[in-house]
Amino acid sequence: MAENGNGKRKFKDAVGNVMTEKVQGGQFWTSVFRPGSVFRKGYGDTPRNRAYVVMNSVLYHLHPVKVKRHAVKVSYTLCLGGVSFFLFILLTVTGIFLMFAYRPTAANAYQDIQSLHTQIAFGALVRNIHRWGAHLMTFTVFLHMARVFYHGAYKPPREFNWIVGCVLLLLTLLLAFTGYLLPWDQLSLWAVTVGTNMMGFTPVFGSNVKFILLGSQEIGSNTLLRWYTLHVLMLPFVMVIFLAVHFWRVRKDGGISGPL
Amino acid sequence: MVEIPEHLLKRSREARGAAKSSGEDDAAAEEVKAPPEESTKAPKAQASAKSSGGIPAHLLERSKAARAGKSDGGAAPPAKEPVAAGAGAGKGASSQRPTPAKPSGPARTQRLLAVVKSGSIQTTKRDPVDKVNTWPHLLSREFVALLLVSAFLIGFSILVNAPLQEAANPNETPNPSKAPWYFLGLQELLTQFDPMVAGVMLPGIGVAGLMAAPYIDRNRATKPSERKFATSLFTMFMIYWAVLTLTGIFFRGPGQNFVWPWSDGIFFDF
Repeated sequence: MAENGNGKRKFKDAVGNVMTEKVQGGQFWTSVFRPGSVFRKGYGDTPRNRAYVVMNSVLYHLHPVKVKRHAVKVSYTLCLGGVSFFLFILLTVTGIFLMFAYRPTAANAYQDIQSLHTQIAFGALVRNIHRWGAHLMTFTVFLHMARVFYHGAYKPPREFNWIVGCVLLLLTLLLAFTGYLLPWDQLSLWAVTVGTNMMGFTPVFGSNVKFILLGSQEIGSNTLLRWYTLHVLMLPFVMVIFLAVHFWRVRKDGGISGPL
Repeated sequence: MVEIPEHLLKRSREARGAAKSSGEDDAAAEEVKAPPEESTKAPKAQASAKSSGGIPAHLLERSKAARAGKSDGGAAPPAKEPVAAGAGAGKGASSQRPTPAKPSGPARTQRLLAVVKSGSIQTTKRDPVDKVNTWPHLLSREFVALLLVSAFLIGFSILVNAPLQEAANPNETPNPSKAPWYFLGLQELLTQFDPMVAGVMLPGIGVAGLMAAPYIDRNRATKPSERKFATSLFTMFMIYWAVLTLTGIFFRGPGQNFVWPWSDGIFFDF
């Protein structure tokens, strides 16, 4: 500061003054930032503000104002559920980006993916994040389930939330599997062929199940459109509903489970 | 065990100290008023005070005094009662009223119905739990975790491209054709069982069993040492599943035949 010279510092102070008094103290600013926001004028690190930070934020108030001390130990959960949710958000964001450049038809799909790699700025990076993020999410959801089992956290009163979690695991697998087809290359086509052939072995309804999954007798444009719609709209929609129930039940069932 | 927060400990210490000192006061009061009681008709009163258990002596005395004042019409000054004695000393020994504050006749209208001990209604429903504020303790850790995941994912995505093979061609079956890695365990089961069993029934039973776990496992314990059967069963399934998946990834080549990845190469793509 001192090297800047007196004149510059005075100017800086004056600007700072206007910022605090006129902008931060103004009606617009206080209406945007609720009490407890660090951007508020006169924010201090008080117990009241610590509570307000959580209560007055739509995202943070998924959490209670206070948590058991053991719950913040890094070794206890490794934040696996939170990481899975974060990856879900990341996949939604990158997925929306990819939707701008992708047409779900047998004639266009493969070229669109190729042009992501060759023509679109950051196309390859976003596709890579989406792909690897999906694999990582499948993995973290698996690990989250294992953690919950080993901690006995599915026991009363959390039985129902365990079921919701199992549904979320299945939805994650379905989302990953439906996305696997979309690049429409040899890898995806034949992986899905193998997968749907297995479903075809369902007793009694086998051929019907397979037809519903594929939208025709063989994998083709109908399958691509069907799986695309499932992947970008229906499964995420169902997922969000189950996620909401899952998070809500975590709170209602007494927060994160106790230490071993 | 649970660490009890400092402020709760302090509060309980204060409460305990206060209770102790008030108890001492009671005892002192009893000692003070004991001699006059013995000198007059006190023995009966003291006996009743002793027999009535937890009711503090001064409350009993007060109610007795009120009853006496009512029945005698204030004729007999209850000299043994400490409050009245004090008041008598101030106002004069010939005072007809038990206390000078009373305006007339049977003025004391409240009655002692019961004495409820503090412990019986003030029991806390839950033991105090050691808690910390979500902000900053939990949120900062979560933020770091998400940053690390983001950094890892972006770094990995810059370095490694997602696979993209030739365009889909239904007329050309690659050998081998593999499912995505999370279904490779199922595909591996196909080599061991009938397709209907491996492809549909076993995964169906597995998922149903997983969902029913809280209702099958009736053991309420969460300590690993008290649920060895559950954890070892689960671990067994997990290892079985991991072995199937890893076999599917690394040890299956053309025609789903067994291969050694170091000599024949890896026939797998993410």
